[in-house]
Amino acid sequence: MTGIVTLIRAIAKGFFRDRQAVFFALLFPIMFLVLFGALFADPSSSKSSLDVVGKVALIEDLSPGAAEAFDQQFTTHETDDLDRALKRVREGDVDAAVEQRGDRVILHFSQADRVKAATVQGTFSAFVDGANLDASHVEPTYALDLQQVEDESLESIQYLAPGLLGWAIAMSATFSAALTLVTWRQSELLRRMRLMPVSGTAILLARLVVSLGVALVQTAVFLAISTVAFDLQLTDSWWAAIPLVLAATTAFMAMGVFCGAIAKTNDGASGLANLIVMPMAFLSGSFIPLSVAPGWIEAVSRVLPLRYLNEGMLDVMVRGKGPSTVLAPLLGLLAFAAVVGLIGSRLIRWDKS
Amino acid sequence: MAPVIEVADLVKSYGGRRVVDAMTFAVEAGEFFGILGPNGAGKTTALEIVEGLRKADSGTVRLLGESPWPRNLPLCRRIGVQLQASSFFDKLTAREQIRTFGELYGARREAPDELLDLVGLGDKADDRTDDLSGGQKQRLSIACTLVNDPEVVFLDEPTAALDPQARRNLWDLLRAIRDRGCTVVLTTHHMEEAEELCDRVAIVDHGRLLALDSPTALVRALDVPVRIALVAGNLDAAEARAVAGVEDVTETADSIELVTRTPAPVLTELAERKVLEGLQVHGATLEDVFLDLTGREYRA
Repeated sequence: MTGIVTLIRAIAKGFFRDRQAVFFALLFPIMFLVLFGALFADPSSSKSSLDVVGKVALIEDLSPGAAEAFDQQFTTHETDDLDRALKRVREGDVDAAVEQRGDRVILHFSQADRVKAATVQGTFSAFVDGANLDASHVEPTYALDLQQVEDESLESIQYLAPGLLGWAIAMSATFSAALTLVTWRQSELLRRMRLMPVSGTAILLARLVVSLGVALVQTAVFLAISTVAFDLQLTDSWWAAIPLVLAATTAFMAMGVFCGAIAKTNDGASGLANLIVMPMAFLSGSFIPLSVAPGWIEAVSRVLPLRYLNEGMLDVMVRGKGPSTVLAPLLGLLAFAAVVGLIGSRLIRWDKS
Repeated sequence: MAPVIEVADLVKSYGGRRVVDAMTFAVEAGEFFGILGPNGAGKTTALEIVEGLRKADSGTVRLLGESPWPRNLPLCRRIGVQLQASSFFDKLTAREQIRTFGELYGARREAPDELLDLVGLGDKADDRTDDLSGGQKQRLSIACTLVNDPEVVFLDEPTAALDPQARRNLWDLLRAIRDRGCTVVLTTHHMEEAEELCDRVAIVDHGRLLALDSPTALVRALDVPVRIALVAGNLDAAEARAVAGVEDVTETADSIELVTRTPAPVLTELAERKVLEGLQVHGATLEDVFLDLTGREYRA
């Protein structure tokens, strides 16, 4: 096994000196996080906008506590022109308009955005109910206490981050293994090493060690940026994701070895790796949560290593499950790596022709 | 002393075509041995069988007394090989390449900088290989074959892609390697290169060994007349024809050319007549031998 350390150093230098490779491994996934974060931004977190037409006693007479809650839910704009307010609702400039005639409070809304319409109706009727209750001076019989099952600060980033990280790791590990094999075969470095006291196993192990290192750096950078800049909240046993990341990287590298063994050129290898990694990312819930995916996707995802990485990371980093939940996916990933890696390494050719 | 390389009846076929056809030769220790032939003649295949990269269909190969196939690691440590492509690790500097190759051999005898100086890349030690010129890459590649202090060095067309100046620079380096005591085996399709460097040349075409001898002996055996050119005006054609041993005379505007198979007495005679001004003597070259053996038909 002489030479492994030397090869590790050579491959690692080759990676970290390649600015493009470093960018794709480390910053590209962050760009996706920003993009997807904007796309899936939680609509309920923003306030509803409301035009208050004329004098609305309901709002003016709210108890101090209710008034504060009202201000958290609505941004109001006062006007005397009902027609203009209705026009603004119709055109979507404002979510609703409210007026009061005697004891009747009238809420004008548009059904164009159903989510907003439902939100504004629900919230507003809650205030009407509350005001009625206050006016009748009756102690409420029931009290509703709302508790979210996930971390209370749950936002879309919580679900996005692990999936995108899994995708980034899969890309890096698969591509780098495939491209190392093909480039080295093209430059005859592989054949050259046939005539040196270096074994094929040493070459693959060195490549694996560098890929594992890169995956750990990716994980660290991604989680650091997500936590600091995007308010990702990690649950207690997040560290259990580390062995999962290492096992998954081994599985992805095995896939890369397979691609690199079959493909003859760099383009062929990247094409093949893309053909495998991109669908796998979609089917494993990297971009869309598996819970909203149709049944057949859920079924297909069960044979894909990325699914186990994504779900495992969600479990320990977001859903707050204990570290032992990663054991089963861990074993599955290692088994996958062993089978695919064995097939791939059998197919490796040293010569171009 | 046993030969460094002994090849007997070597045969290798691809798709029914014999690429190496019954080759037999031996290379002695310390020799600079050339395998000369046109593209596709089977030079590289023969060389790769001797190195141990390919298996012969039949015939025997002994390299330093051992069989190179199947993969013979102790033997690998004793040879240095440069393949046709420049095989380097991505994004490493010249010094790092040499250090990496050296460490993979487990050899640290030679400091990288000494080898870089030997191949004339001392000032390029910290340059990445992507930034080196074609000639510099070849030199670095050759330096990489020397990291394990090999007894035999195999070079597959080391000057193929180089311009004439870079090629001549490389020749000096190759001679220096031989002077270190290495046996050098090189393939080339440049006659001039084989003539300039090699102690003995094997001329190969269609997988067959056509001739094997020192360049001088090969040329001499061809019995091609020598052409002696002089400045026109010092000697007229009739006088030239009268010189004993001259077979033919041709005149151009500024020179007169005498053709002879006995250049020594003819030159003595011309010297006595004091007409050697602007003298040029053209003997046969290895190219003539080559064309004589392989024919002149065009090859793709």
